[in-house]
Amino acid sequence: MKEIFFTKTHEWVRFLTDTTARIGISDYAQDQLGDLVFVNLPEVGDEVTAGDEFADVESVKAVSNVYSPVTGTVRAVNEDLLDHPELINEDAYDAWFIEVEDIVDRAELLTQEEYDAMNA
Amino acid sequence: MKLIFEKGKEGRGCEMLPESDVPVTAPSEKFLRKKELRLPQVSETEISRHYTQLMKRTFGVNNGFYPLGSCTMKYNPKVNDDMAKLPGFTEVHPLQPESTVQGCLEVLKKTEEALCEVTGMDAIDFQPAAGAHGEFAGLKLIWAYHQDRKDVKRTKIIVPDSAHGTNPASAAMAGFSVINIPSTKEGYVDLEELRKVVGEDTAGFMLTNPNTIGMFDENILEITRIVHEAGGLNYYDGANLNAIMGIARPGDMGFDVVHLNLHKTFSTPHGGGGPGSGPVGCKEQLIKYLPTPRIINKDGSLTFDSKSEVSIGRVKAFYGNFLVVVRALTYILTLGAEGLRKASENAVINANYMLHLLKDTFDIPFPGPCMHEFVISLEELKKEKGVSALDFAKTMLDYGNHPPTMYFPLIVHEALMVEPTETESIETLKEVAEIYKQIYDRAQKEPEALHLSPVTTVVGRPDEVAAARNPILRYQFK
Amino acid sequence: MGNYVPNTPGEQQEMLKELGVNDIRELFRAVPDQVYLNTPLKLAKGLSEFEVKRRMKQIAAKNTVFSSIFRGAGAYHHYIPSIVTQITSKEEFVTAYTPYQAEISQGILQSIFEYQTMICELTGMDVSNASVYDGATAAAEAVIMCKERKQRKALVSAAIHPQTIETIRTYCMGTDMEMLLIPLKDGRTDLEKLEEMLDSETSCVLLQQPNFFGQLEDCDAVGEILSGTEIKYILSCNPISLGLLKTPAEYGAHIAVGEGQPLGLPLSFGGPYLGFMATTEKLMRRLPGRIVGETKDHKGERTFVLTLQAREQHIRREKASSNICSNQALCAMTAAVYLDAMGQKGLAQAAQLSMSKAHYLAERLCELKEFSLAYEGDFFNEFVTDYQGDVDKLLTGLEERGILGGYPLGAGQLLWCATEMNTREEIDALLEAIKEVLGA
Repeated sequence: MKEIFFTKTHEWVRFLTDTTARIGISDYAQDQLGDLVFVNLPEVGDEVTAGDEFADVESVKAVSNVYSPVTGTVRAVNEDLLDHPELINEDAYDAWFIEVEDIVDRAELLTQEEYDAMNA
Repeated sequence: MKLIFEKGKEGRGCEMLPESDVPVTAPSEKFLRKKELRLPQVSETEISRHYTQLMKRTFGVNNGFYPLGSCTMKYNPKVNDDMAKLPGFTEVHPLQPESTVQGCLEVLKKTEEALCEVTGMDAIDFQPAAGAHGEFAGLKLIWAYHQDRKDVKRTKIIVPDSAHGTNPASAAMAGFSVINIPSTKEGYVDLEELRKVVGEDTAGFMLTNPNTIGMFDENILEITRIVHEAGGLNYYDGANLNAIMGIARPGDMGFDVVHLNLHKTFSTPHGGGGPGSGPVGCKEQLIKYLPTPRIINKDGSLTFDSKSEVSIGRVKAFYGNFLVVVRALTYILTLGAEGLRKASENAVINANYMLHLLKDTFDIPFPGPCMHEFVISLEELKKEKGVSALDFAKTMLDYGNHPPTMYFPLIVHEALMVEPTETESIETLKEVAEIYKQIYDRAQKEPEALHLSPVTTVVGRPDEVAAARNPILRYQFK
Repeated sequence: MGNYVPNTPGEQQEMLKELGVNDIRELFRAVPDQVYLNTPLKLAKGLSEFEVKRRMKQIAAKNTVFSSIFRGAGAYHHYIPSIVTQITSKEEFVTAYTPYQAEISQGILQSIFEYQTMICELTGMDVSNASVYDGATAAAEAVIMCKERKQRKALVSAAIHPQTIETIRTYCMGTDMEMLLIPLKDGRTDLEKLEEMLDSETSCVLLQQPNFFGQLEDCDAVGEILSGTEIKYILSCNPISLGLLKTPAEYGAHIAVGEGQPLGLPLSFGGPYLGFMATTEKLMRRLPGRIVGETKDHKGERTFVLTLQAREQHIRREKASSNICSNQALCAMTAAVYLDAMGQKGLAQAAQLSMSKAHYLAERLCELKEFSLAYEGDFFNEFVTDYQGDVDKLLTGLEERGILGGYPLGAGQLLWCATEMNTREEIDALLEAIKEVLGA
């Protein structure tokens, strides 16, 4: 398993290569949001920009933006989440949202320790 | 309880229509419906009893105290409904010749005149069918105004963070981008923040005043001046007008556009979610942008006028929710100038009185005097006992009370927003305040019990997560 | 003068005293002097209930209630069963708010769920919302639902109700949605032109069935033209006609909308009416407005609740798909009770009667040399005639005889309508009246 990084806005990113990565939301985030009922995902081919929102997650009474840790192009989306948003609650690190390629920029990223310290 | 589709029998039904007295013309095959139409097959007895059962599972203003903040659930006078049932109003086709609808036009014109007087506006239009629809129309007026002046860079609408969700949603729908500004810790518009964001791109500013925490913004004249000086227009969300009828007028405060909610302030019923009526009003310089047709006086009779070429056009077919306007006019004629002011004064007295009864027990983040509503925060209770505003509200149901608005405004945590209205008596306020205090005591002693409430209602708390994850939005026939 | 304030002036004073307030002005201390009103509003003095009734009845009496109506054009005079009016006058239903507190609002919620089911059945679609304001706004909301990042052109038939076109125009104005009109050909949508207008930026196509001129459009052909594309097909329908005529789903539509007024709502000078909207499961989350869903409570009891709320303005704010909050819930209940009372048979009968009477009316009118049908196509319960004569004089003459004639479209054209309300006797009497006016 590759190393995982986090953003201050509670997304995780796992680099597959230097220019490709999978992105999701942290376990802390899913816990705070509670039972998720829907996710809005981008489409394959969409550009995402580090620090900008690319998706949102819905609980019953709230909607929260999800921000991209990197700048690049979406090459895959996890369509399972559309029918089964509960997967995010069950295992946030397995429930990736999108896979990004041609990464040219990164947001400020935290290591697991730094991220845990931030939430402590 | 069964659905109507689960009642009745194959072949059962009501006979409502006669046989044809003219030769039958059937549609040609290519236009014929092939798909089965599964409507209920029920007798009239079954229909009647079905809805009586549903009625018993419904809570209206006639059932009890309904202090839903920002919704103004005042008593709905029955004479209003009677007047809205007069055949002289219900049996009139919207496209009849003007000479045959002078009564309808008079209803609209008289109500317009009265509401102009109440709001300080110069014209009012009734096409918008609800508050949000009025916001949309009002924002379109602002859009048209800037366009007409070739001031096309004004694309932003400023909205305080305490605003109703409809405000930013309406602004976006009308083609604007939205700038949210934070409120001060007292809950008012932050003048510094406002000064910072206004500029050449400001189209307008939307405000509810009294605001959503029930406070009249004492800087109102400064606020509207800042926006005007930047070249923007001021939009008044009339959701909370019930506090100030006959006491202060948005037009005098510097607002250029307003919408009202006849189903709040002017006592027309909410019908389980609608129909409402959200007339939009404006100052002289914006009249030409109002939806068409306008109603004008011409040679002693009322007539439609669609001449304005810069009008925003229609926001709806015909002339709005006309029968709702009939009810509102009945109310206005009943109360008159004095009665309207008395209504607002008593709405404010009742809210302050209830706040007074509760203030020693509850955390009231913005202490009085309030206007027609006030906000309780249960943040402490949540922290200490794990009892949320939701738990608290659900427990109220067990006491036969409709809860206040929950979790709004967003700037107060664990908020309950209480609007008693003027049509409640002092006894009711005292009784309800006692109940709130009892529930508070219970929350201290047996917090877990509150998580399980309500226990006396026909159903318990619904599983909303399941409802949203696997939507079942219609009956599935067996 | 009534003001529905229970507290007596004495009690009010006592309450103020308890608040430590001498004068009510103190409660309004935040209201600046410059705007605080010290003089009463310039409105008439309040009236007793007795007086107000007399006044309102006087106003109502200034309207003409026609005993015989041959005008539709978006508002239809249909039979309303007594039970419909009785049930929808029940105080609980009338005075309830939006069912936010599900546990004490199962009545309203269930009635909406039943309504949603009926709208799905009528239109053949998968999902219905709980209503919007009217047919025109339903069409405008449907157009907005179809907005895609790269597809922002809505092709709207010129044969839909002109007020619906105007409403869509307002909704699109100043936004990045653009409305283009598909021209007419012989009173129907010109499908050749439609095909020419389609391009990669087209998001949706909107037709009305039957159209504004009463003509039945070739909606199958439109379905075929659009099949295999990503373009959304919106059909606006007369709900009574759906008792007899093909459903939007059968035509391949993605969104069905319409004016629900014919389903038990009186003419009422144009409102309150009822906008219905239904769509496919795929587009479900784009539907605006409230939607009721079925779930269970913690005891496993079937429970109804407002659902998919994260689409809506109170949560999504400026990113919401629509700003709608209040809808036409009581009108939706009215439609549901109407459909309960009519059933499939009754609705089909209302549709069949309306169609038959309209054809009888057309036939009788065309017996007169002054009238001829403007269009040759199939029609349901409305049709356009060309009239060789003075339209104003004709309509005024009919008015004097208590008859509301066809709707004048200009250029000597009249749009006639018949429903089950128009008896043969009434239609024959119309003909006699026309002959009288022509002879005069």
